Amino acid sequence: MTLARHVGTALVAAVAVWALSVSLSSFRDYQIADIAVYVVAIAGLTVLIGLSGQISLGNGAFMAVGAYATALLQMHLNWPLWALFPASAAIAAAFGAAVGVAAARLRGPYLAGATLMLAVALPTLATQFAGVFGGDQGLPVTVVPPAALGAAFPLTRWLAWVNAGTALIVLVLLANLARSRIGRSWQAIRDNETAAALAGLNVAGLRILAFVVSAACAGLAGGMLAIYASQVSPGAFTVTLSIALLTGAVIGGLGSLAGALWGSLVVVLVPTYVTNVATSHGLSSTVAANIPVAAYGVVLIAVILVFPDGIQGGVRRLFGLPPPTAAVPLPRLNSLRRRQPASEHQEEGTT
Amino acid sequence: MREFVQFTLGGISFGMVYAAIALSLVLIWRGTRILNYAQGAMAMLTTYIAFTVIDHTGSYWAGFAAALAAGLVLGAVIERTVIRPVENKPPLNAVVVTIGLLVFLEGLAGIIYGGQYRSFPAAFSITGLHAGSVSLGISRNDVFVAGAVLAAALGLAALFRYTSAGLRLRAAAFNAYAARLLGVRVGRVLTLGWALAGLIGALAGVLVSPATFLYPASMDSIFVLGFTAAVIGGLDSPVGAVVGGLILGVALNYVGGYLGSNLVSLFGLAALIVVLMIRPSGLFSARAGREV
Amino acid sequence: MNRSHRLRTPAIAAAAVAAAMIAAGCGSSSSPSSSSGAAAASAPGITAHQILIGSHQPLTGPAAPGYSEIAPASNAYFQYVNAHGGVNGRKIKYTYLDDGYDPAKTVSDVHQLVLQNSVYALFDGLGTPTHLAAVSFLNSQKVPDVFVASGCGCWNNPSKYPQTFGWQLDYIREGKILGAYIKRHFAGKKIGYFFQNDEFGQDGVKGLDYEIPHSQVVSRQSYVPTNVNVGPQVAALKASGAQVVVSFAIPAFNALLKLTSLKLGFSPTLVASNVGTDPITLGGLLEAFAKKGGATVSGNALIQGIITDGYLPTLGDTGNSWIALFKKVHDQYDAKAPFDGNVLYGEAVAYAFVQAMMKAGKNPTRADLVSAINAGLPQGPAVAPYAYSASDHSGITGAYIGVIKKGVLVKQGPVYATDATPTGAVTAYTGSEQAAPASGMP
Repeated sequence: MTLARHVGTALVAAVAVWALSVSLSSFRDYQIADIAVYVVAIAGLTVLIGLSGQISLGNGAFMAVGAYATALLQMHLNWPLWALFPASAAIAAAFGAAVGVAAARLRGPYLAGATLMLAVALPTLATQFAGVFGGDQGLPVTVVPPAALGAAFPLTRWLAWVNAGTALIVLVLLANLARSRIGRSWQAIRDNETAAALAGLNVAGLRILAFVVSAACAGLAGGMLAIYASQVSPGAFTVTLSIALLTGAVIGGLGSLAGALWGSLVVVLVPTYVTNVATSHGLSSTVAANIPVAAYGVVLIAVILVFPDGIQGGVRRLFGLPPPTAAVPLPRLNSLRRRQPASEHQEEGTT
Repeated sequence: MREFVQFTLGGISFGMVYAAIALSLVLIWRGTRILNYAQGAMAMLTTYIAFTVIDHTGSYWAGFAAALAAGLVLGAVIERTVIRPVENKPPLNAVVVTIGLLVFLEGLAGIIYGGQYRSFPAAFSITGLHAGSVSLGISRNDVFVAGAVLAAALGLAALFRYTSAGLRLRAAAFNAYAARLLGVRVGRVLTLGWALAGLIGALAGVLVSPATFLYPASMDSIFVLGFTAAVIGGLDSPVGAVVGGLILGVALNYVGGYLGSNLVSLFGLAALIVVLMIRPSGLFSARAGREV
Repeated sequence: MNRSHRLRTPAIAAAAVAAAMIAAGCGSSSSPSSSSGAAAASAPGITAHQILIGSHQPLTGPAAPGYSEIAPASNAYFQYVNAHGGVNGRKIKYTYLDDGYDPAKTVSDVHQLVLQNSVYALFDGLGTPTHLAAVSFLNSQKVPDVFVASGCGCWNNPSKYPQTFGWQLDYIREGKILGAYIKRHFAGKKIGYFFQNDEFGQDGVKGLDYEIPHSQVVSRQSYVPTNVNVGPQVAALKASGAQVVVSFAIPAFNALLKLTSLKLGFSPTLVASNVGTDPITLGGLLEAFAKKGGATVSGNALIQGIITDGYLPTLGDTGNSWIALFKKVHDQYDAKAPFDGNVLYGEAVAYAFVQAMMKAGKNPTRADLVSAINAGLPQGPAVAPYAYSASDHSGITGAYIGVIKKGVLVKQGPVYATDATPTGAVTAYTGSEQAAPASGMP
């Protein structure tokens, strides 16, 4: 039944997106494609952080893997779009498995730091092996609407359809996963790892699986970004991207897939809007360009301090719905709160 | 051989800066179990304050003192306002808050000072020292950098060991509840810890800015490597932080020299992963017990 | 337990609110006014009173220092033109968006400018990796893509990118001109290269290698902008015994090169690309070392004697009519910025655009602008002619060699012109430079 509900919701949303894409301007179609990229990437990240309790600051690196996979497979093997996307997701997933295995014993800030270093170091491979990856200038990616739609079919609308459709499929899959046994097991690990292990869960395997799923989503989003931008280059995959993904996940509402949508809207639409407002008030262009940056920081802090459930939490309250029981990690006396550095030998649960 | 000596000595200079950042991170971690992603940005802001003071007064040491004082104040203020609410929450909250702080401080610096690179003076001469006719590859300023960080580390160690404030800091870090029962004002002590970390971060900022120039993102890569050094050395261990910083600085200089400067961050990542796979809590940390 | 409702309602609400947000923000592009009278709306972005052009610029991020001054300077010149009658009675409105030097953002910005703002042309898009992301789209939409702010040879591709034109002296030509100078003046000396490890540095090195005999080059050291520790590279240059170092680096890294050389006791002759040698910028980076550290180190002294090239009049040549004009415009419309090489660049390229617009005709279509440039442009403030023709879309073809003396660039000898091929000769340009028009308008 759950699957039917999810698919039904997705179909309704698909109709809504289709209606938007044909009625809005070309540029808005393009923005829909852009937002869909972030929806997929942030959804993967919010599952990782919100459900399995692992912090990753390096999902931008997985996006890079997926994007370059798409570009290279198209360039050298001429694969069609419907093969490129799953391939990118799979390659990024394999990479995520490797990272997950290497990071299996890491917790909290150590994991966050290792993934941050990954986000910093990985793009340098593109310039180090410039012959393969095109260096700073990157690689081109071409996409054309299928002939069946007619010669005059606007490319922007095709991009909106492809990306939004992919995003909806991913959301359905993730929603099912979140409600499945695996999703519940992740939440168990997040809330109390020791108890979960005692209950017989394969903690390490599940943690790696969460990484794999998150990396697959990010890789797929990377492929979507590649066709949206019709090129890949390392300049798009800096640490700023990883931080933007984290920002989107937090602001939208951690652990919530609808939150991924809110977060994407914020990340894509708000900075330009703020800059425009600032410039129209006569501020110099450099100051105006820095204001969204400063505002981002303030919003991040405010959200965590005052609205920890993010936008989705606010929406739920607006519609009078009860807060999700397991979507947001609640502050509890649990294994996440390692407060005693020098007395790691203490049993869990005493303080 | 001469190259090797030059690489080693050159690596020590940057390595000491990484050590300073690592030390401030360790200080905060031990006190509040939070990894402060904004540590580099805080150092950048205090260095801008020093820059403004130097610009107006013409005195380097006035600026130096201003930076250190600003570091103390900034650390204390940040702990009191935005960190206090997340100290007892899941670690994700602190991660997001400190990243938000990082982004905010960089945007703020961009708004106030603009994005252009500023020339920041060095304390002492930057011309190379010579042993006879052989150039050593370091300058008087490099010696000052190493000495200043070492003095700060030793000063901290002395503070922890021999003063009652240090005792209170250690008590609060070891077991906050018991310390509170014994009359330690844990809140004030944590603020003091952040203030000291801010001081050391500010020191790192003014020491490294002559070589990196000063702009809103100038401390980003320094922070990443300082943080790597802290993790490699063990976030619990001040000794690990300093040793980790030195080793990382020298090792990365060898990589940059013999293999190419593009490989430095990849090598940093590799070193981090390797160390964490062998010892997940860092090289110098106390062995973590098994949980199950 | 109504978990199913919990999922459906927020998701539908989410979709509805998203739709509302996007639709609310949606503004339909204004339809051109009906043509009546002399000035008509002859193309997207052109109305009876206004020409709308757009650009993508790094206002934040790693490339912002320095480069963020260019667009305001161009805008200053456009405001000057607008105040003096505009172009055929139309005022130029210049909208530039920040891409933070991120190519994915560039794509988004350019789509916005073309699809939503409906700009007439894209002007002075900055950056090689960034503009490469946008160039196919611009050409497929037949939007004039004029005077790209990058020295890559990739903009000279009339068959593939007919709408795209370069402007500044490209890096290969620059390498050849510097290389020819080195070959002539430093014959027999050991040469070391210090270059940025991307297309800018690599193209420059290509040009150098076309001229400098390979046997003279004893060391090639590259750097990446993300790693400020150039100690190893300088140590390697010193160890190789290089007597002349040729640098294709941005100002920050030329400054680091100088500082590190001081530390290592290495003092070669420095020949550098003009990208990194604006005396005001470079001197500014080193000035703190003039205030401290004793008499042996002085900021201005550190840049003394650097040999470089220039394709616009030097800022120190205050008697030059172009410098006088651009300084006047700067003082009136962009006074907050220092009058340095970036501002000069911005104003000069804006001048070229106004030249092209005036040639394009009274009611120009987009194709008219492209044809106007294909027919060639007078060289304006550039010291050598433009290469513009139907088969060549590269810009300035030559430069003079100069030496930095007392904080200003002093021209030495003639202007040299060349092409971007391996064997094309570097010859002295014998034509005369043009003086700035008295009115300041082309």
